[in-house]
Amino acid sequence: MEEKNTMLLTEDKKRLDGRELNELRPIKIEAGVLKQADGSASLIWGKNKILAAVYGPREAHPRHLQDPTKALVRCRYNMASFSVSERKRPGPDRRSIEISKVLSEALESVILTHQFPRTAIDIFVEVLEAEAGTRCAALTAASVALADAGIPMTDLIAACAAGKIDGEIALDLTKIEDNQGEADLPLAIVPRTKEIVLLQMDGNFTPQEFKKARDMAVEACMKIYQLQRNALKERYFAGGGIDE
Amino acid sequence: MIAMNDSKPRENTRELVIPGEILNARHLKTGINTYRANGEVYSAVLGFKNIRADYINVIPLSGRYFPQVDDLVIGCVISLGPTTWLIDINSPYPAPLHVNEVPWRVDFGDTASYLDIGDAVLVRVSSVDEIKKIQVSMKSPQTRKLFGGHIFEISPSKVPRVIGKNGSMINLIKTSTNTKMFVGQNGRIWLDGETEGILKAIRAIKLIEKYSHKYGLTDRIARFLSEENGGLKKEENEEEIKDAEIL
Repeated sequence: MEEKNTMLLTEDKKRLDGRELNELRPIKIEAGVLKQADGSASLIWGKNKILAAVYGPREAHPRHLQDPTKALVRCRYNMASFSVSERKRPGPDRRSIEISKVLSEALESVILTHQFPRTAIDIFVEVLEAEAGTRCAALTAASVALADAGIPMTDLIAACAAGKIDGEIALDLTKIEDNQGEADLPLAIVPRTKEIVLLQMDGNFTPQEFKKARDMAVEACMKIYQLQRNALKERYFAGGGIDE
Repeated sequence: MIAMNDSKPRENTRELVIPGEILNARHLKTGINTYRANGEVYSAVLGFKNIRADYINVIPLSGRYFPQVDDLVIGCVISLGPTTWLIDINSPYPAPLHVNEVPWRVDFGDTASYLDIGDAVLVRVSSVDEIKKIQVSMKSPQTRKLFGGHIFEISPSKVPRVIGKNGSMINLIKTSTNTKMFVGQNGRIWLDGETEGILKAIRAIKLIEKYSHKYGLTDRIARFLSEENGGLKKEENEEEIKDAEIL
């Protein structure tokens, strides 16, 4: 963590962008945005812009990776070179390989993979603009894209981060809060059971703070789940009418 | 915000559900694309809730084709072996067609003189096992090699809508466009006839694909086709005409 040099909270506990401690950034989700993919979603979350595409189930290549009992879930998280202010060197790096792995594992936990032996389900997540919280945003978008692709799964996945800034627990950190705050806790849940499918932590929490941050993030995930639901339903019934 | 909650429910409203949504059907058996957890039944896909006999199903709105025994599908030969052809049937699994499963007597290594790479065939799925090893056959009445015509692809989940109840939709398109048509369960459609009729049929099919989740589809397509055939111009048809232009 960098040395602290700015105040992240005002005296009345408002944040630099004017949000309350437990307030999310504005989120907009749209399903079915790409023509060529089997399923897709776009997500705008504050200043994050994410595109997710799903292909499959399709024949798994190379063939030695095929599993005769279930489908492979392969997620690729990639940041565009122009997604951050300092140009990012294109291609997978340590960070994006790790995120790809945790996203694949989180998504695999809800997909009914045993229905599709010997196949692969490929999920591509492109981060077009990044401003902290992209792994949660990527997971949220990927699960909408999977549902759009008609892939059987037990539930969607909703993800959100909570953290600690100026000694206070706050929801959905921005880049400056993430860099200069004390801790960050990205978390993803299966909304139906509240089961946690992704949990990472950067920085330090006391046990009490951890519980508070976890509860705050879980609550926010349920709000995000509603947005995911609406995005999927609006894909087929835009404008609100049920059917004429 | 939720589209479904805004309007009055219709008696025969099809309810759109998403993965993980509760189906309120404890007393029913779990059918396709559903699962049971703690006694409750949930949807596994994005689709329409459907109750048939004592089963609850969810009819998906999208998704790949998964072969089932006795499906008639349109395939394309992608590779040859001395005793087999490998057929692409638009599914995640390759489908071999063995020489014993064709109506011809094929000598060892002589497969190419009967079916070559790129040839289109109408085949029947003869077996699917638990690890989804597929076999297709050409030894049943409707199967054949396809000569001429055009092949057009749609999403496999829309196939039942293109066929319609007891084939009402497909017969409508066939008669009003004067084309021969076969719809494979894998979403491939073979069309043959006059170029104009084929184009007309393709436009109608694209319209079906676009409005497959709406009611009154057969009537809508009937209006569209009579319009295409120079029938009476009705004002309510304007939307369809616009659609046709886009397509």
